[in-house]
Amino acid sequence: MLEYFDPRKDSHPAIDYGTPPSSRDLVPISELITLSIDGHDVQVPEGTSVMRAAVMAGIHIPKLCSTDSLEAFGSCRMCLVHIEGRRGYPASCTTPAEEGMQVRTHNDSLAKLRRNVMEMYISDHPLDCLTCAANGDCELQDMAGVVGLRHVRYGYEGNHHLGIEKDTSNPYFTFDSSKCIVCSRCVRACEETQGTFALTIFGRGFESRVSPGQNQDFVDSECVSCGACVQACPTATLTETSIIDKGQPDHSVITTCAYCGVGCAFKADMQGDQVVRMTPWKQGKANRGHSCVKGRFAFGYVTHSDRITTPMLRESIDQPWRKVSFEEAFEFAAKRIRGIQKQYGRTAVGGITSSRCTNEETYLVQKMVRAAFGNNNVDTCARVCHSPTGFGLKTTFGESAGTQTFDSVEKTDVMMVIGANPTDAHPVFASRLKKRLREGAKLIVVDPRTIDLVRSPHIKADYHLTLRPGTNVAFINAMAHVIVTEGLQADQFIAERCDVEAFEQWKTFISDVRHSPESTEQYTGISAAQMRGAARLFAQEGNGAIYYGLGVTEHSQGSSMVMGIANLAMLTGNIGREGVGVNPLRGQNNVQGSCDMGSFPHELPGYRHISSEAVRRVFEKAWHVTLDPEPGYRITNMLDAAVEGTYKGLYVQGEDIAQSDPNTRHVEEALRNIECLIVQDIFLNETAKFAHVFLPGSSFLEKNGTFTNAERRISPVRQVMAPLCGLVDWQVTLGLSKALGYEMAYNHPSDIMDEIASLTPTFANVSYERLEEEGSLQWPCNDDHPDGTPIMHVEQFTRGKGYFALTEYVPTEEKVTRRFPLLLTTGRILSQYNVGAQTRRTENSSWHAEDVLEIHPHDAEDRGINDGDIVAMVSRAGDTQLRAKVSSKMQPGVVYTTFHHPESGANVITTDNSDWATNCPEYKVTAVQVTKVTGTERVSQWQTQFAEFTKKQIALLNGSEGDEQ
Amino acid sequence: MNHVQHWGEQAQKAVAAILDAHQKTPSSLLPILHDIQDQLGYVPAEAVEEIAAGLNLSRAEVHGVVSFYRHFSTKPRGRHIVEVCCAESCQAVGGRIVEAHAKATLGVDWYQTTRDGEITLEPVYCLGNCACSPSVRVGKQVLGRMTTERFDRLVENLGTVAVEVQ
Repeated sequence: MLEYFDPRKDSHPAIDYGTPPSSRDLVPISELITLSIDGHDVQVPEGTSVMRAAVMAGIHIPKLCSTDSLEAFGSCRMCLVHIEGRRGYPASCTTPAEEGMQVRTHNDSLAKLRRNVMEMYISDHPLDCLTCAANGDCELQDMAGVVGLRHVRYGYEGNHHLGIEKDTSNPYFTFDSSKCIVCSRCVRACEETQGTFALTIFGRGFESRVSPGQNQDFVDSECVSCGACVQACPTATLTETSIIDKGQPDHSVITTCAYCGVGCAFKADMQGDQVVRMTPWKQGKANRGHSCVKGRFAFGYVTHSDRITTPMLRESIDQPWRKVSFEEAFEFAAKRIRGIQKQYGRTAVGGITSSRCTNEETYLVQKMVRAAFGNNNVDTCARVCHSPTGFGLKTTFGESAGTQTFDSVEKTDVMMVIGANPTDAHPVFASRLKKRLREGAKLIVVDPRTIDLVRSPHIKADYHLTLRPGTNVAFINAMAHVIVTEGLQADQFIAERCDVEAFEQWKTFISDVRHSPESTEQYTGISAAQMRGAARLFAQEGNGAIYYGLGVTEHSQGSSMVMGIANLAMLTGNIGREGVGVNPLRGQNNVQGSCDMGSFPHELPGYRHISSEAVRRVFEKAWHVTLDPEPGYRITNMLDAAVEGTYKGLYVQGEDIAQSDPNTRHVEEALRNIECLIVQDIFLNETAKFAHVFLPGSSFLEKNGTFTNAERRISPVRQVMAPLCGLVDWQVTLGLSKALGYEMAYNHPSDIMDEIASLTPTFANVSYERLEEEGSLQWPCNDDHPDGTPIMHVEQFTRGKGYFALTEYVPTEEKVTRRFPLLLTTGRILSQYNVGAQTRRTENSSWHAEDVLEIHPHDAEDRGINDGDIVAMVSRAGDTQLRAKVSSKMQPGVVYTTFHHPESGANVITTDNSDWATNCPEYKVTAVQVTKVTGTERVSQWQTQFAEFTKKQIALLNGSEGDEQ
Repeated sequence: MNHVQHWGEQAQKAVAAILDAHQKTPSSLLPILHDIQDQLGYVPAEAVEEIAAGLNLSRAEVHGVVSFYRHFSTKPRGRHIVEVCCAESCQAVGGRIVEAHAKATLGVDWYQTTRDGEITLEPVYCLGNCACSPSVRVGKQVLGRMTTERFDRLVENLGTVAVEVQ
């Protein structure tokens, strides 16, 4: 058998190899080259630097400007070596290893050279090592020690940079230019790793200094605070402010970020049980050592004073909260739930699982609902984001998940980004995507807004198709129409891999002239020429990958659009290998996992339908109960039933439906009708303000478990501190279930995972032992795929043959009229996360203190709106007021806002419209009118009520009646 | 030269026109910076953002290049730029006398502009005119075999008034 060298596996995470591997591909052992370093033979792939080869042989050449996350630069002159037969002393970082090369890394001349260079560095560097924040973590200090520098002949009196003021403008890190050795590692990290290009070296020679923007403060520059520069800095020049305040960590734990669906691996650097810093983990397979402002810095919410750490209960929501023991809370909740079931029937109660909690916790909640509540009224917030993805991809491919790894983007030739804004919502993946674009991949952006990917330093979309919100399916059909009618499809792939009969039927359907770009132009607003150009590019440019977000799913035709995307991928043969595929960018950290774990009312874990008797029997045997064969309520059904008065009890774990779900007033009405609302959360969120029982939750730092990210990667979450409330979420669910009379016995989350694995074929070989060995695993992971499945549908589709589904374009009922002439679309921004419960309690709010309404200059001018004015926004569902931001990134007729702050009331505006197949709400299309607010009245009626209600609930939390305040 | 002493609509238009003219040239940052400096007399900080947007670069990148080259000035300069060569050949045949004389006559140090805004004095390291050292360049014209007397006449012809040495 051919043996391979794997550059990513055959390296140690704690070692800095100085330069990156020459390629991430496997290299046959027979093709490695051999060189000798200090008399040791070492075998490396061609293109490896002498420096990296030396580290692989265990020899560390002194270095300052190089690190293995960045391309070699060769500026510090510390890593000089002697190579037999060559003149001078080449820099080992920029010199590629060659067959037969004889390298000497240390001799007297090299030692003298290095000492002299170091002497010059130190002649312009403060000698305050003992009181320096980087003490114990400084490469300059280490190298000065390694080269044996003993004194500086030049003195310290001459010109120097020691008096430069610190830049403390960024809340998370400090820039101390006086400690800078101008190695450019930060500048290069900003360019190569992050792709923002916010830093440069100002001037030249002695006056060279690192400059954010045009010699601005960090916070005023284009810096997005991802932390890559801080990570790359070898000195104390760029240091986390938390390290300056607290000192260096004494131990660390590898865990998985709890923000977005990228699922970055982080090293939690600890002092005792305090997190002093989070740093991206180099071996993390989702993030490959990169981070964003949320995961890297915004972890302060975990110990925020708003955390509620004691269970509480109350008879009704106008009473003060009473702090109680867990036992009392469980008894109270169980009694009420059983009472409701007795009075209103078995199906009058249900639960909502969390996409932020672990797989194990989610699994338990749905198990409790099905086994202890005795119905299938369980749903999850994926309902309101990616449920169409599950449905659409299951129908066409046979599996409800994305087909690729994030690494796959490194092999992509043309990418189409539809309804996603990765630089804000999935920033770490966006950096990898931008890196590939800088290498020359082509880009088609389909979005009503001019998102950063359309044009930013070194990135320019080849096509930006500014489609009108709500016309996705018309667009995707037109793409397919062009490809089919111009004969650009992958015939062989279709013949071999797809259901040919369905394809022929679909081909007839799609070839109809009503799908031509010339016909769809009237709906989409995309010119036929642009449309045809983009379709040709996608079909002909090699590996084509589609990345999409909620701009695809959150529509009345969300499921049709997902199927349209799947059709396009199959049509062009872009499935089943690296560089291609259908890639839904999942929003929350464990939204993929919560779906996998059977959170939907019609599906048991592993996406198996509840109506299947065979499947039910497996679970009934393991759970010792009889399962209801009927699918239960979706979130929307629960809310409707609550408003009608037939649904009375709800257990919500780690979800905030009062803020995140559409048509807030409807949600509020439903919640007020519920007689037993049990909320489990780390904060008193908006939903908890309507609750009768509050069970304190635990953050990701307080528990063990697993999260599953957008690439189906199951990553371990490891406990770094004890749960503040004494119990972690899975234990709380166990307690509640026990009180309901259904006892579940687990000692550790690994026991829960073992049960999941035993019941779910796609998880069969997943265990904590395997996760420990591999770092993470991508499901399906079973006997067929013992190491997991990075790329899906390689040999054949999960469903056998790929299915081309017919996707007729049906315009949404939400139409612009004279009364509501604008279309509102909603989204996210970089610094805030989802409902903002976490990020609003961190310094991230300094970047986004309120939600604003973005509006095109023409629409603003028509309405006399200036930048910063307060405007009123009205839809058929409700009205609210917020500040306007006039932006040419919008297209005329479309306005945009975010929902990170509850008082903005973005979801008071959104309507009850939803996807035909899955009820995923149509957040992306709401017809509205926007007017300037004059006079002093600056809040809508809803906002006034919201403020009063919030004030009262906070008072009730603090133990008073509220009215006295 | 059509010098503009402040950033405004006129300068903005000039920068836009220059960016437009170079639209199809690859790696056009340096030619653009030269054109801007030639037209406006300097590269205004405000132009950096426009250049960056035009070339799909970041502000920092453009700033790095502008600040790297001494040739580019980031503040308005005099109507005439007088550059005195300070390289070896010129120094060997009295260049330093010309340097000292120039500073004294104009009453300015390197990179400073005479009080009337007419002349900015700058050092330069070799104009490639070593056979006729010492050399001085005014605008695009290189003048060899410079003496203090010739320098005075030169200044007079540029239309400025030499100030008394204090």
